[in-house]
Amino acid sequence: MALLEIKDLTLRFGGLCAVNALSLEIEEGSIRSLIGPNGAGKTCVFNCMTGFYIPSDGEIIFQGQSLRDKKPHYITYLGLARTFQNLRLFKGMSVLENVMSGMHCRTNAAFLTTVLKTKGQKAEEKYIHEVAEECLDFVGILDKKDFIASNLPYGDQRKVEWARALATQPKLLLLDEPAAGLNKDEKSRLIELMHRIRDERNITIFLIEHDMGLVMKISEKIFVIDYGVKIAEGTAQEVRDNPKVVEAYLGKEEEEETA
Amino acid sequence: MAEIKKKAKTTNPFETIIEALFIFFEKKINMYAFIALAVGFLIIFPNVSSRFTQEIMTNLFFYVVVCLGLNIIVGYAGLLHLGFAAFFAVGAYTTGILSSRMGMDFWLTIPFSILAAIIAGLAIGFPTLRLRGDYLAIVTLGFGEITRLTIRNLDVTGGAIGLIGIQRPVFFGITLNQISHFYYMFFILAILAIIISYRLENSRMGRAWEYIREDEDAAAAMGINVVTTRLYAFIIGSAFGAVGGSFFAAKMTAISPDSFMFIHSVMFLMAVVLGGMGKIPGVVLGSMLVVLIPEVARGIGPYRLLIFGFLLLIIMLYRPQGIWPDKPAISAKE
Repeated sequence: MALLEIKDLTLRFGGLCAVNALSLEIEEGSIRSLIGPNGAGKTCVFNCMTGFYIPSDGEIIFQGQSLRDKKPHYITYLGLARTFQNLRLFKGMSVLENVMSGMHCRTNAAFLTTVLKTKGQKAEEKYIHEVAEECLDFVGILDKKDFIASNLPYGDQRKVEWARALATQPKLLLLDEPAAGLNKDEKSRLIELMHRIRDERNITIFLIEHDMGLVMKISEKIFVIDYGVKIAEGTAQEVRDNPKVVEAYLGKEEEEETA
Repeated sequence: MAEIKKKAKTTNPFETIIEALFIFFEKKINMYAFIALAVGFLIIFPNVSSRFTQEIMTNLFFYVVVCLGLNIIVGYAGLLHLGFAAFFAVGAYTTGILSSRMGMDFWLTIPFSILAAIIAGLAIGFPTLRLRGDYLAIVTLGFGEITRLTIRNLDVTGGAIGLIGIQRPVFFGITLNQISHFYYMFFILAILAIIISYRLENSRMGRAWEYIREDEDAAAAMGINVVTTRLYAFIIGSAFGAVGGSFFAAKMTAISPDSFMFIHSVMFLMAVVLGGMGKIPGVVLGSMLVVLIPEVARGIGPYRLLIFGFLLLIIMLYRPQGIWPDKPAISAKE
């Protein structure tokens, strides 16, 4: 059975239909991507999946459980982590503290144990530190753990966001334009990292991306949407040859020229 | 890079002093020595000072307790609270009613006072914490006034006259009725409040408050329940205020609605903001300013409050983030 299943997902803002009857399936252990021209509703799909938007209609089923009316924090607890299109780090905090946030839903020290500093609480704090450091090590920026997040170069800030998402110990990782703003070298390392996440950590990946080259290289299957409607699905080659996809993308380019 | 560093170092003398202090306190031994010295001094203080000075110091410790509570709400969780005196009143009146009307022992009233604060905190927090800043400020402001007017008009709270005959606490056979007793009582309470605040700050919960303050949506995406985490801050902070109120009632033996006016909420908030929100030494420093400046300036006579106000204005103009500085940040070297 699919790890995640979206059935007839529809999202309306007043008269605007941002996502229209979208259905797709993500199998466990796969890397899938969602592409489409600007404003096609890709991020809206993510926001519906993670509980930030409430879908007008349709179902999102994760491991046999409906995500309808679930709060974002609970969806993360269920094992669905995300990164943001524009970095959303906790800017004033250290890199390590940023990553430690991911462990929040996997731990449970409350007021009394904290104030009394019980053995369990101390052990838990240590565990949080260890996991956070391990995640930083995994993405390769453990040496920068004490830096204030906003003082890092852009590429490293992206890595902090990755480590933070990994620290929530997800089963499915949603990446919103992970390659935006990265140079060629960083992009190739990103592809390698995505493969390591899937292979070593057994985490399924679903990404939104503009960089077609990257998408073609990494995903086994691609979904294409335009104006909230799925217009194609298949392997990189199939999608590239699909006339609808070509039309959607070329149409966008024409608009840009006239603008 | 070197040029920028040089520029940063010579901006103003204040920052140079602070930098030196940070380097000094970086060494744990210096830190502990300083704390030991300060605590030692405050322990022998009542033996070398007048009753009037002790009274002021007791008031200062009281402010530290209440303001650290408010700091959890305003500083850690980032919720603007304009009616904190109400929670302080809830604690004082719970102890007052149980002690003066039912003859309950002072120490036994404290759990009830905490419970009352939790209930009040839930009642206010639950419907409002989903809202963002400004709305909460208005609701807490309203709650503060409602509480004061309610206790003013109820029979059980003694109306406008208030409650009298609140029993003195008895501690191991000693009735606490001297100012030096209360000095030590509030001193211990202040130290406890500092320890609890410190532990909360450096814990899973303390970090969760900071995450929410920095970016609410990102915190939710990381699996933090924004509403309950805020509610926790609200309740814990309120409980601090209520405990402070209970001890206040025991010290005064009489309380009236006039002790819980809006101006008190403002003074508490001012101490937190002046010293630096979310920073424990900052809150202690802010409490010192708010309590001590008007006393020290007593010699000036009728203009003392004017001067106090002027000083506050200057501090806020030059240090809008509070007097206590942030830790120097480590930045990436290119």
